[in-house]
Amino acid sequence: MEIINELSKWYVAGPLIGLFVPFFLLFGSKMFGISSSFDYICSVIFPGSNKENITDFVNKNRWKFYFVIGITIGGWIANFLLSETPEKFLPESYHSLLGYVQLLAGGILVGFGTRYANGCTSGHSITGISTLQKSGIIATIFFFVGGLIMTFLFY
Amino acid sequence: MKDLKYILPGILFGIVLTKSQVISWFRINSMFKFEEAHMYLIICSAIAIGLVSYLLIKTFKIKDVKGGKIKISEKEMNKGVVIGGAIFGLGWAVTGACPGPIFAQIGAGELPAIFTFTGAIIGAFLYTRLKSKLPH
Repeated sequence: MEIINELSKWYVAGPLIGLFVPFFLLFGSKMFGISSSFDYICSVIFPGSNKENITDFVNKNRWKFYFVIGITIGGWIANFLLSETPEKFLPESYHSLLGYVQLLAGGILVGFGTRYANGCTSGHSITGISTLQKSGIIATIFFFVGGLIMTFLFY
Repeated sequence: MKDLKYILPGILFGIVLTKSQVISWFRINSMFKFEEAHMYLIICSAIAIGLVSYLLIKTFKIKDVKGGKIKISEKEMNKGVVIGGAIFGLGWAVTGACPGPIFAQIGAGELPAIFTFTGAIIGAFLYTRLKSKLPH
């Protein structure tokens, strides 16, 4: 438990997150990124929605699906098996009908925005900047522009 | 089935995100209000380690596990990065979750995040439909 609790420190968690960049590069030149998994899930639910060669796309991106399934299991393990008392991660107000509507609307912005930008915090901010890509820096600046505007206006 | 193994790094990633509270709406809110350095330190130290690893791979021409050359795919810089990036930022502040943490929140028992996930899939689908009409 002691070691697990070290993960709450930024200087342990941050570097571990950063190690996913070389991990995926070493295992088959994969660029670490998560929002593309939405693309994969979309292609499976709505076949023929966007990709010319759907079978090829699905085969190439299936690993992302398993990766996010893993993240879900990891969240469960961390909060229920590795914590003395499970923590809350969302405000109480989101556990209501109005909250669900807000999350759905916010989720649409997240899904639409990350696909339009071709990446999210993992793909652009972490992998993109780490591999010295201009798009990574610009994307990160604009993630914060959006986030600061919304927070300033409503939160 | 060869892709099933990626569930393992996924689990590890989910545990790190959850224990470090990167998946917490409150942490994201404090980040956007500049109230605490936690999230900034995590993001910056992650980038620092990623950058050092990238430079090592490049300098020493390190091969991947199968002995092949490591290819870095460049992401195109276009208007989508700016406009889409800002749209994602708006949603990030509302939901307190970027894409990875959405999954970890659900796993950690915050079931309303299922709405965030549903929204994200709808949003991604809308993008595929509107793609040809949007500035890029």
